[in-house]
Amino acid sequence: MITLPASINASLMLDIVLLVMLLVVAGAIVRTRSLLAAIILFSIYSLISAVWLVVMDAPDVAFTEAVVGAGISTIVLLGAILLTRGETEKPDWRKLIAPALICASVGGLLIYAAMGLPELGDPASPANAHVGRAYLQRTASDIGVPNMVTAVLASYRGLDTLGETAVIFAAGIGVALMLGFGPRSSLAPPPAQLGDHHVTLRVAAKMLIPLIALFALYVQFHGDLGAGGGFQAGVIMSVAIILHALVFGLRETMAAIPPRVARSIASLGVLIYAGVGIVCMINGGAFLDYDYLFPPEIEAQIPGWILGDDAHAPHWGQHAGILGIEIGVLLTVTATMVTVFYGFAGRTVDDARREARR
Amino acid sequence: MNFLATHFNYIVVVILLMAGLFLVFSSGNLIKRMIGLAMFQTSAGLFYISLGKVSGGTAAIAVERGSAEAQALAAQVDPAYAAQRGFEGVIYSNPLPHALILTAIVVGVATLAVGLAIAVRIREAFGSVETSDIEVLSRVEATQPGPQA
Repeated sequence: MITLPASINASLMLDIVLLVMLLVVAGAIVRTRSLLAAIILFSIYSLISAVWLVVMDAPDVAFTEAVVGAGISTIVLLGAILLTRGETEKPDWRKLIAPALICASVGGLLIYAAMGLPELGDPASPANAHVGRAYLQRTASDIGVPNMVTAVLASYRGLDTLGETAVIFAAGIGVALMLGFGPRSSLAPPPAQLGDHHVTLRVAAKMLIPLIALFALYVQFHGDLGAGGGFQAGVIMSVAIILHALVFGLRETMAAIPPRVARSIASLGVLIYAGVGIVCMINGGAFLDYDYLFPPEIEAQIPGWILGDDAHAPHWGQHAGILGIEIGVLLTVTATMVTVFYGFAGRTVDDARREARR
Repeated sequence: MNFLATHFNYIVVVILLMAGLFLVFSSGNLIKRMIGLAMFQTSAGLFYISLGKVSGGTAAIAVERGSAEAQALAAQVDPAYAAQRGFEGVIYSNPLPHALILTAIVVGVATLAVGLAIAVRIREAFGSVETSDIEVLSRVEATQPGPQA
């Protein structure tokens, strides 16, 4: 048995406490019949897992989970239940026996299998010893960015990330196709009819929206150096736009960012990402091999001081490539989330009115 | 007892996965099912991150060698443990699962939106998102001749 330092035991305690909290919240989600309660509990579930991810040394993932799980998924789920009754039907207990038995047996088998896994934090486990260790050792000399998660995400596994960006784009287009593309004539009452009782909200939102957008840009361009990157920044940026829609009305937001523009930006992001890869191919490298992003004669003329340090000069292509694809990711994620929100929000009002006319 | 401490994460993740799976199987409400699916997805992420944790490690963001921060982080590691495992200086957790799960979370919310959009369309066609109602309604529709028939 290895003697672990005291700090590990403290973080193990934190780990156990947070996981027990997750279990309690999960139990509450399974038990509750109110859909609204289930959605809010799921938001709490995401927030607790974000805290847990920080304990597990994964600040980048925690960031994403906090923004996506507690923010965007809650908004999307709330948009979906606006259309339905708020409660699920009381389940017949006889219908619960078979699922409970299946879950108990599968869970038992998985726990039995988990007994063979290496213990938590084992540095010699297969997951940590081979490719993970190699990324840690070689990022400084290969890529030259301090945040190794960004290095793996954007450079070593840039092709995976391109695929994932394309999936997000495809999902956004899928939602737009199912829920409708454009604004409807009967969206929301014009602002003049709203009265002035939301004045506090509007003033607060006007102050918050630019700050949220600024923070998104900080997260975007700080992604090489610390926790952050295009995915997180894209979701934060879309939160700023959704906040605008919630406070000032969907009509106003659709006037500022028309749905057609949002969809075009989503495809533009994927194009920028793939375009960076193709530029690398034109200059003699493989697809998304950023070392070939600039032809050698141009790269030789780039002074090292641009990156603040001559030691970084050999990785100029990597820095520029990561910056380029992260901008593509930012555009696609922001525009897709906005398109999805437009789909749900636009549909709900229209549908409720049609229902009322019947 | 020691086994429970070292494998606690895996056991909890399995229970959370099964809670999500149970919701997908047992709930008649399509939106509740999507919540179960999202829970399943999040829990699978927790499993990956657990596998990537390294004892004594810190976040995979490189600290400059020899800086005060690096010395402070390295000082927290037990020297006997570092020597036994061949570590030098700061220990980092495995960045690979982090990169995989980071993108999976964002893809997860996009697919959740697609599932919910389908639920919204089903609600518009049948007036309900309860599977029991939908089954009854689709049976009624099958027995009645449609306008094209």
